[in-house]
Amino acid sequence: MAEYQNLFTQVQASAPTYPGVPLARDRDTAERIGRPFHNKLAGWIGNAQIGPIYLGFLGVAAAFCFVVAFTIVGFNMLVSVDYNPIQFIRQLFWLALEPPNPEYGLRLAPMNEGGWWNIAGLFLTLSILLWWVRMYRRAVALGMGTHVPWAFAAAIWLYLVLGLIRPVLMGSWSEAPPFGIFPHLDWTAAFSIRYGNLFYNPFHMLSIAFLYGSALLFAMHGATILAVSRFGGEREIEQIVDRGTASERAALFWRWTMGFNATMESVHRWAWWFAVLTCVTGGIGILLTGTVVDNWYLWAVKHGVAPAYPDVWDPALVADPALAN
Amino acid sequence: MMSQNKTATTLGLLATLLLAGCERPPVEMVQTGFRGTGMAQVYNPRTLSTMAELNRVPEPLAPAESSGPRAKDIYQNVQVLGDLSVQEFTRHMLAITQWVAPKDGCTYCHNPANLADDSKYTKVVARRMIQMTQHINSEWETHVADTGVTCYTCHRGNPQPQDQNGKQAYWYSAATPKRDTAGMLGWRNGQNEAAYSVAMASLPKDPFAPFLLRDENIRVQSGAALPQGDNAQTTKSAEWTYGLMNHMSKSLGVSCTYCHNSRAFASWEESSPQRVKAWHGIRMVRDLNNQFLEPLGPVYDADDLGPTGDAPKAFCATCHKGAYKPLYGQSQLKDYPELKAPLGSAKTAAAGD
Repeated sequence: MAEYQNLFTQVQASAPTYPGVPLARDRDTAERIGRPFHNKLAGWIGNAQIGPIYLGFLGVAAAFCFVVAFTIVGFNMLVSVDYNPIQFIRQLFWLALEPPNPEYGLRLAPMNEGGWWNIAGLFLTLSILLWWVRMYRRAVALGMGTHVPWAFAAAIWLYLVLGLIRPVLMGSWSEAPPFGIFPHLDWTAAFSIRYGNLFYNPFHMLSIAFLYGSALLFAMHGATILAVSRFGGEREIEQIVDRGTASERAALFWRWTMGFNATMESVHRWAWWFAVLTCVTGGIGILLTGTVVDNWYLWAVKHGVAPAYPDVWDPALVADPALAN
Repeated sequence: MMSQNKTATTLGLLATLLLAGCERPPVEMVQTGFRGTGMAQVYNPRTLSTMAELNRVPEPLAPAESSGPRAKDIYQNVQVLGDLSVQEFTRHMLAITQWVAPKDGCTYCHNPANLADDSKYTKVVARRMIQMTQHINSEWETHVADTGVTCYTCHRGNPQPQDQNGKQAYWYSAATPKRDTAGMLGWRNGQNEAAYSVAMASLPKDPFAPFLLRDENIRVQSGAALPQGDNAQTTKSAEWTYGLMNHMSKSLGVSCTYCHNSRAFASWEESSPQRVKAWHGIRMVRDLNNQFLEPLGPVYDADDLGPTGDAPKAFCATCHKGAYKPLYGQSQLKDYPELKAPLGSAKTAAAGD
């Protein structure tokens, strides 16, 4: 039974490419661009068929805006190392396009003092929003529910809170994160330090719980389905309406081990809500930081969240020396 | 079988690559705060043995006769150590040569034809450095306690102090790249490069000018849970503070929790007494940079000056060099009492030699 113990898809069906379900619309053909082909590598991790794709106005506009934003960020990084390609690669993780300094508030700073950050942010935001509309309309076109675009909207909410809504409420673009790998991580640490430790922010706590919960649920669900695939368990949708032995075994496994089981359908609701709430609660937590709460640690002390520890040192030895004079 | 072997080899290689940057166990852990707060220092005994070697104190020179004629009466142009006996003065000169310029010898500072001559700028700088050392030991006991410092604390046999990694243990104000002021693109805002000064973080690379030369506010957190409108510090301000703290952590070979309970960086009652020491250290270095080091700018050779033409200045690594206490707290002052305070001052008299 070793073929059921593999992480990758073992059997790749070889068949003519399939353009996808007919929708009986005028644009049926126009919406399926490119000759589909099969790719073995893609088949190991997903469906071997690549294409057809659809771009449309929204897709092209989103891609264009993304390229503009990406180019602005990339060229600022490249010029910051004086067009040196070796340094560009060597320092890539350190490079960034910074938002303007606090003195500019919400005004547009000179281009080379953060102005580019606003332009790049504008195009990236446009790109993301256009892509969202595109996703929504594609889901509707296929007669699907709109669960995917709404889940994406949760991530967009967090993105907008970080880069647009909170900076506007704080009255300064300087409060937004930079575009850069390590710089945005250092920003995150500095943000937490400035506002008194984000770990005491209850919405940050919720966000972490949902994030880790998402990972746990994903592992449990993925493992369960793989484990019962020898009984046809990967055909989840069929199992929802016609519970077969795969479903029964999976369900009993979880009832045995923890007394309760999700169903073939409800486990996906669990996963969707956990993933979506990660971003929704995270966004609320960021939104409240600096606007309504200035020091989360002191907030947590005030509300009995943070425990008090006994003094390890004589309080006289650790008094603030700035108050001594 | 073949493909399984290949997979195993690939996984093995990946694991090796991933772990290549790690230090091998065992490490030693020293708990410094209340349990559960994570206030502990992790030491690698292999690194510590290298560090112990770097922090060995040289044998003190044999004591000199303190009676007899004074140096100022025998030699010319002895401005700072003139109240020493001739023998003590000569002993001090031997020590300083061994501490600062063992390769170049006396002529690193002195014109061999006329030792009293001030024509070499290094001699003028050295005189000011002796005064600075006396100033540190007499005025900054809040930071250096009775242990004090000597020339060796910073120099360790190098005319230009080096840190534990052989990098310069002094700082210059960072030059603002031309593109930051003139160009169309490429603004870095003084950060976002792998800067050694801030332990290879992308944080502002010169947090020294604002905090160790100027007196800008290092504290960023608010004293109340809700906004009171009295704290103008921003997330970006926190990056500057964070940069300075990274330098301190690297220079002392300790983590944040040596001084802070990291759950509440600002809270003094949860901090360790070392934070009070460090607070005084910041003020000490600021005082030294303003009173002694920055004003030496016009004295130095052009080669010694930084990209903006400023003099080399001190920061934590200048003395600490990766050790929580320079020379792990071994004092040389008892063997060189002339460095305890300006000679002839009340403090030297009180020290009672």
